[in-house]
Amino acid sequence: MQKLSEAAVAKINEICDRHINDKTPLMMILSDIQKEYGYVPVEVQEIVSEKTGISVAEIYGVVTFYSFFSLKPKGKYIIGCCLGTACYVKGAQQIIDKFSEILGIGPGETTEDGLFTLDALRCIGACGIAPAVTINGTVYPKMEVGQVAGVIEQYRSKED
Amino acid sequence: MKITTSEQLDSLLQSCTECLNNKINGENGKRAVVLCGGTGCLSSNSNDIKAKFIELIEKNGLSDKVTVNQVGCFGFCSQGPFVKIFPEDTLYRLVKVEDVEEIVNTDLINGQIVDRLLYIDPATKEKVEKQDDINFYKKQKRVALHGCGLINAEDINEAMGYGAFKGLKRALTMTQQEVIDEVLASGLRGRGGAGFPTGRKWSFAYANAADQKYVVCNGDEGDPGAFMDRSILEGNPFAVIEGMMIAGYAIGASEGYFYVRAEYPIAVDRLQKAIDQMTELGILGDNILGTDFSFRANIRLGAGAFVCGEETALLNSIEGKRGMPRPRPPFPAVKGLWGKPTIVNNVETLACVPYILREGAGEFASTGTDRSKGTKVFALGGKVNNVGLVEVPMGTTLRELVYDIGGGIPGNKKFKAIQTGGPSGGCLTEEYLDEPIDFDNLVAKGSMMGSGGAIVMDEDNCMVNIAKFYMEFICDESCGKCSPCRIGTKRMLEILTKITDGKGTMEDLDELEVLAEAVKNNSLCALGQTAANPIVSTMTHFKDEYIAHIVDKRCPAGICKNLMKYTIVKDSCFGCGLCARQCPVDAISVTDYTAPGKKKPAMQIDTDKCIKCGMCMASCKFKAIVKE
Repeated sequence: MQKLSEAAVAKINEICDRHINDKTPLMMILSDIQKEYGYVPVEVQEIVSEKTGISVAEIYGVVTFYSFFSLKPKGKYIIGCCLGTACYVKGAQQIIDKFSEILGIGPGETTEDGLFTLDALRCIGACGIAPAVTINGTVYPKMEVGQVAGVIEQYRSKED
Repeated sequence: MKITTSEQLDSLLQSCTECLNNKINGENGKRAVVLCGGTGCLSSNSNDIKAKFIELIEKNGLSDKVTVNQVGCFGFCSQGPFVKIFPEDTLYRLVKVEDVEEIVNTDLINGQIVDRLLYIDPATKEKVEKQDDINFYKKQKRVALHGCGLINAEDINEAMGYGAFKGLKRALTMTQQEVIDEVLASGLRGRGGAGFPTGRKWSFAYANAADQKYVVCNGDEGDPGAFMDRSILEGNPFAVIEGMMIAGYAIGASEGYFYVRAEYPIAVDRLQKAIDQMTELGILGDNILGTDFSFRANIRLGAGAFVCGEETALLNSIEGKRGMPRPRPPFPAVKGLWGKPTIVNNVETLACVPYILREGAGEFASTGTDRSKGTKVFALGGKVNNVGLVEVPMGTTLRELVYDIGGGIPGNKKFKAIQTGGPSGGCLTEEYLDEPIDFDNLVAKGSMMGSGGAIVMDEDNCMVNIAKFYMEFICDESCGKCSPCRIGTKRMLEILTKITDGKGTMEDLDELEVLAEAVKNNSLCALGQTAANPIVSTMTHFKDEYIAHIVDKRCPAGICKNLMKYTIVKDSCFGCGLCARQCPVDAISVTDYTAPGKKKPAMQIDTDKCIKCGMCMASCKFKAIVKE
């Protein structure tokens, strides 16, 4: 098992302390950890367990239940393709297929260089601009298959 | 300043109303630029447009004469971003950052309307200056969307200028039972999907004595294609909080929880700001308006699980557990959050409550049908010209929704179906277009109101594929607690996949019917109980499409890839070879046939090699490639 750095342990303890006085703090603690590190591995769950007195089994159950929590690190850029109905009937499947094809990963996976994670999103409520894609919070409205390569390139070129 | 009496609130409401009226009428000697700040418009650079306005207004020395404000969603998302100019009430649409300079110079400085940015009525081709004259808005009535697209959602003073807290003030002068009776009399039914009478829910929780009760607002809007809750929270969060407080007063709860999807960051941010401002003003807190009533509101974020929209699953999620539903009874009104009596109301339901208390139950009930009162917000999307959020009186027909408000189908395509109720609902065909919309009528016709998603489909949509789409969704989101839903949805998805792959048999259809019935009757919560609805309704109305997939091995809409075939019409082919160069798998080769009048031999596609990407068809300049 990977050993956590002292700084990380301190940070996780600090996050637990933020919510520990709440009636049921688990979701909020996990949310903050997910936001801070992008994932909640088992080693971290053990610390949360010690702090809250909730068993690791129960915490693991919660982490794996909700799609917002991840056991593995995500890529630097998280590409979310909305697959809500309004986007779907306007061709969102073809958009995500194209991302998949160019990046060589399926939905839920991360590229080997750690740059991109591809996610299939449930409706993000942006039906007026369907099909919609979000990358780290930036929304790309009315995406077309032909634009996909350009969008990926835009982020790749930031890295060079 | 904290408000401690209703007299203080009155005088504040009065000054805020004057202030907002002055802004709209221009009586403060200023003009106001108002921008849409909903999610759709924000992602189309509404913020940059706002910044540009502020920059140019300053540069032209107009800062004393023009104010700039961002408000909630205008609703007409497909024409955004919007800019509105008061007091003239001119509406500009599809505004870009580059257009700002012209609006400032022509309109703000010279008082002329920028013609080219006005909405053009597609039927009459005439330009429309004012929002209320646009067909999209004409049949609408705003109750739940009160103030959305007009007030600055981050400014409590604007909300108070537009009627906020008047309902609460009145409620606090009534007894708890009187408030419940008022809501009962209004005929308000839950807007989240099931349509349970709101007043009855409240009276159950009121009747259960306890040291602590809770009000929970369900903002876990998960139906794909529905975004009214998000828009209400973004456009007028104050109304929803006020509705929650009135509910809290009625049942005797002093604490409320908003459970909002984490996918809605703007809504969460504005809701928090509204709570903070109300707390600062003393509208939230202890001894509100000098009464014994105290109330606190908290926000909890969802973490991406559709089933949490089910009320008992939602309560589990707030309690920090896996969001799995609990068996009912006991209902939340008896044993809810942390075991205490709790009512769970949807965002739109709570947004209607202040209106009922402010304007009276009779006024609310004056619109609507016999058993469904008031209005309903629909998220109109899919293959329709005017995509957006619309609020119409109950009893409006589907045809009015799709054609009068929605402006019909783009590209003169043929209407095929309107899907309401999301993954729990069904599709209604052309013959049902004149049916009035209300809770019971939609159920009777084989669909349901649901939370209000209304997705229009045209001839290019494959209904078997749509059924499969919903089943994939449900299968993915089934929490796994009960086996009928966990296993049944998976089996149904397998059969649908088989059919769309061209491997289905007629027996599969019987099997689907049996499974649909079993999952419906035996699942624990509404997610499973309604999971088969999309299949049942498409099988009822589009049986011929299922049969085409199974018997003819053909997808009439040309969507199901495995049933599709690309062919080159030899007599139309000029033999230019462009398609062959585009083909990623070298499936296209030259034949030895040259069509009459052509100079080069025609091309052909090797269907075994073809991966059906469609590149060839897109590249052909002579439309010689067809998909069937």
